Amino acid sequence: MIPAPFTYRRAGTVAEALEMAAESGEDAKYLAGGHSLLPLMKLRLAVPEVLIDIGRLREAAYVRDEGGHIAIGALTRHHDLATSGLLASRVPLLAYAAGCVGDPQVRHRGTIGGSLAHGDPAADLPAVILALDATLVAQGPGGTREIAAADFFQGLYETALAPGELLTEIRVKRPESAGWSFQKFTKRAIDWAIVGVAAQGDRVALVNMGMTPMRAVAVEQALAAGLAPEQAASHAADGTSPPEDINATAAYRQHLARVLVGRALAQARARG
Amino acid sequence: MNVTITVNGTPITADVADRTLLVQFLREAGGLTATNVGCDTTSCGACTVLLDGESVKSCTVLAAQVDGSAVTTLEGLASPDGQMHPVQRAFHAEHALQCGFCTPGMVMAAVSLLAENPDPTQDEVRAGLEGNLCRGTGYHHIVRAVLAAARAGREPA
Ligand SMILES: Cc1cc2nc3c(=O)[nH]c(=O)nc-3n(C[C@H](O)[C@H](O)[C@H](O)COP(=O)(O)OP(=O)(O)OC[C@H]3O[C@@H](n4cnc5c(N)ncnc54)[C@H](O)[C@@H]3O)c2cc1C
Ligand code: FES
Repeated sequence: MIPAPFTYRRAGTVAEALEMAAESGEDAKYLAGGHSLLPLMKLRLAVPEVLIDIGRLREAAYVRDEGGHIAIGALTRHHDLATSGLLASRVPLLAYAAGCVGDPQVRHRGTIGGSLAHGDPAADLPAVILALDATLVAQGPGGTREIAAADFFQGLYETALAPGELLTEIRVKRPESAGWSFQKFTKRAIDWAIVGVAAQGDRVALVNMGMTPMRAVAVEQALAAGLAPEQAASHAADGTSPPEDINATAAYRQHLARVLVGRALAQARARG
Repeated sequence: MNVTITVNGTPITADVADRTLLVQFLREAGGLTATNVGCDTTSCGACTVLLDGESVKSCTVLAAQVDGSAVTTLEGLASPDGQMHPVQRAFHAEHALQCGFCTPGMVMAAVSLLAENPDPTQDEVRAGLEGNLCRGTGYHHIVRAVLAAARAGREPA
């Protein structure tokens, strides 16, 4: 299986990538690690006319301590997140979850920026970014802007990024509450989450429970109202409309969400 | 486009279509057919090669993306005098294969795993090979071979 024909261009800098996107117009796509886009192109579910390879933008691959926050370049690979000492000590939720993405080969190629920009509700890192209440930095022809994680995911495979806009950085403030947990329920280690839960303190987000990665708002409200974690977890499926597929019915996913949020809150508290 | 990839230490240059996959480049431009295509959907790991020393699935990388990089395939593991790589020797000694189709990818994934973690536990070996499927062995002999290769790597030669 090979993708439909396209023109390959490689950007050497962020500025060059933006220029190429402006020149190439609507039918161009950025290519980061290619581990969401190339499989879709091989199945002809995506047929971009131009691919702008941003995979070699070393200037956008880093994990840095900026004092008030940790800055993560969008081109940082899952493998580099999972093995970052700085993340392990400051944002262990992200380091751990990145190590749960796919398999070693996928983690050697896939990037955090690609994972977020793809906007897949079944992906792991979007929920983590929501639980961390991170800020995303995007660069476009009009300049640079910041987008709150809570405003980033807008629909199935839809994000707040404008056409041609490049996600460049993810900023994570030191979590107010140190306790964290990442629960990923799969049939086999390599699989995507049937349901997943990311928790940082009392902030909780869900994987694969609807059209977008989402915060478990009802759980957070219940905790804020003083309910015990076990009671709060019983609200995990409130307001969700999870998909039905070969792995699970919607009702089973809702059951899993309640069980996994319960486990996540217990683990986060034990670590807090 | 014109792509040059250093494969097993030798630069290979070819004028290929932009959509050429790395595995096609290796098999067709390079004539190196140890790297197998199993699933073609990034699932089975049969096409695993090392890109700048790290395991990747070559069915999901464009040749253009790795222009100028170094790739190692199974053909590049043995030393020039024909002496097999310790991981190859361990697969042989432990009988870590049945039909052999997954073996090139399995061996390359194991080499990458041991480069990152020279002294893995059994669980770490299983996790490290989760991107590689084998439908024959049931994995036990493969895991045993990787542990044996790790042990051999730690013992003074
Ligand atoms: C076998 C397999 C198993 C997997 N398992 C999991 C899993 O368990 N959990 C999980 O979360 N993910 C999983 N993934 C997906 C993996 O994490 C991808 O790497 C990730 O989703 C996309 O990152 P990428 O760098 O490869 O992006 P690409 O595929 O290069 O790009 C994806 C999309 O984002 C756009 N894009 C990329 N970077 C930017 C940017 N900086 N700015 C703007 N737009 C951008 C592209 O144009 C494209 O539309 C799996 C993938 C495979 C192949
Ligand atoms: S052929 Fe590439 S992963 Fe199966």
